[in-house]
Amino acid sequence: MSDLNKLISNLKSTFPQATVNKKFDEVTLSVHGNAVIKILKKLKTGSHFKFIQLIDIAAVDYSQYPQNPFDESRYAVVYHLLSLKNNQRLRVRAFIEDNHFPVIETATTIYANADWYEREAFDLFGVMFLNHPDLRRILTDYGFIGHPFRKDFPMIGNVEMRYDPEQKRVIYQPVTIEARNNVPRVIDEEGFRNG
Amino acid sequence: MAEIKNYTMNFGPQHPAAHGVLRLVLELDGEVIQRADPHIGLLHRATEKLAENRTYIQSVPYMDRLDYVSMMMNEHAYVMAIEKMLNLKVPIRAQYIRVLFDEITRLLNHLLWLGCHALDVGAMSVFLYTFREREDLFDCYEAVSGARMHAAYYRPGGVYRDLPDHMPQYQNSRFTRPSETHRLNENRQGSLLDFIEDFATRFPGYIDEYETLLTDNRIWKQRTVGIGVVSPERAIELGFTGPMLRGSGIEWDLRKKQPYEVYDKLDFDIPVGVEGDCYDRYLVRIEEMRQSVQLINQCTKWLRDNPGPVISDNQKFAPPKRTDMKEDMESMIHHFKLFTEGFHLPKGEAYAAVEHPKGEFGIYMVSDGANKPYRLKIRAPGFAHLASLDEMTKGHMISDLVAIIGTQDIVFGEIDR
Repeated sequence: MSDLNKLISNLKSTFPQATVNKKFDEVTLSVHGNAVIKILKKLKTGSHFKFIQLIDIAAVDYSQYPQNPFDESRYAVVYHLLSLKNNQRLRVRAFIEDNHFPVIETATTIYANADWYEREAFDLFGVMFLNHPDLRRILTDYGFIGHPFRKDFPMIGNVEMRYDPEQKRVIYQPVTIEARNNVPRVIDEEGFRNG
Repeated sequence: MAEIKNYTMNFGPQHPAAHGVLRLVLELDGEVIQRADPHIGLLHRATEKLAENRTYIQSVPYMDRLDYVSMMMNEHAYVMAIEKMLNLKVPIRAQYIRVLFDEITRLLNHLLWLGCHALDVGAMSVFLYTFREREDLFDCYEAVSGARMHAAYYRPGGVYRDLPDHMPQYQNSRFTRPSETHRLNENRQGSLLDFIEDFATRFPGYIDEYETLLTDNRIWKQRTVGIGVVSPERAIELGFTGPMLRGSGIEWDLRKKQPYEVYDKLDFDIPVGVEGDCYDRYLVRIEEMRQSVQLINQCTKWLRDNPGPVISDNQKFAPPKRTDMKEDMESMIHHFKLFTEGFHLPKGEAYAAVEHPKGEFGIYMVSDGANKPYRLKIRAPGFAHLASLDEMTKGHMISDLVAIIGTQDIVFGEIDR
């Protein structure tokens, strides 16, 4: 684990603005959305880091996170990086300032495979990626309205699809099923399990 | 002279060579592909959103249905993420069982891949052989979990139950001759481990059969050698993992590099390709199957000699024994709490990845301390591979497109999630 400590000290000295933390033997670098592209570039090329592979991009909607620790930022984009040379992983979390129209610069200029990951984040969370070459929806239906993985989007959706025998075509109509939750979401108070 | 223009062609979403519901919009110049635009999402079920509304145990079966040809590996990444956050220790026997079934799953996946890939490229018979072997492996799944495919066998803290002492046997029926039933039951007389061992001794011979059909086959080579070449640098850049990365000559396998469970105690090799074309990826996967057999043999040997618990005894996270529940009040309460409210994960986030047959399959879990995940992100290897389809097919013929889709080992359950 000395390797991780070395990584942390390298991160701290290279990016004094960012916060670094380690939990579950994983290192997370939290940065501001405006700075993320510069930071990713350094992480990819810097000789201490060499995070040459982008493993994944996940958007997160923190709007219902209890005591949101992230300065009221609703959306964050999380990059998972892998360094094949040092055999290390790093998570970079970029907070987006604007909660109503989240915009962040694209990482496609640094990692080629960011293309589809960003399309997915745009599709499911409505995060806009500035200068992305082809920001279309990817997973939802053609003509889908809304961003389904946002916390305020209902799990059962808004519309359903059926064949209408009168119009002789498939139509959309408001959902007829009811939301059902058999197990309530429970968050224990601090120290509850410790007696 | 007539003006010649590129034209656009639609491929799929229902097409036998598309391995599921892939729709491609192809821009062609004659028969040469200029641009391929995959339209995915036709199998999108919002697994990640569903998981946010279910307890941790309830989501285990959803994982089976992601990559529905390598079911247990998906569960593995999921339970590993949970165990990492809970700091839950898995008994050593459960770790061996997991490795055993991971490798069985790898065989299942590669057998399906090999059969379908060969079928797409025009070799029918391989498909029939590989599906014969898959049946035996499904029987192993069924023996431990009761389900042939969607097993839900791995649980946080271990596996659902120990390996059975008796392999289930075929029964006589109106439709089978008794002699036939007897023949089918010949290798099912002992325990599951006997059956697996018998399979593992037979299987290398079967791999030789597949290789006889394909490896030096002129047509097979014409269709795969030099097709879909990816350089090692480009493979990393495109986010390739697993056999796609190793086919390009990069020696990277999470089982070796970031070992989980007991892979660091076992002896196996990592095959790598040289050219980075479809043929090399085929060879890599064939060799991976041979290595899997080796791993299976080591696991069965260990499992025979070392009985023990297969699930954690921490009853806050793993269910108590059935017999204890009948007599012990505390066990009953644990059981009740576990299957109604479920357990809670500490606040925080974790990423756990396994070497899935297709590449790196990862689960990124964000918890707010509740009994359900706050956010679950599934890192599907096929997603990154399919994203590169445009680049890999550019300048190739339509028929090569089919070979490239085959070599990428596309399964829509995991790509669309």
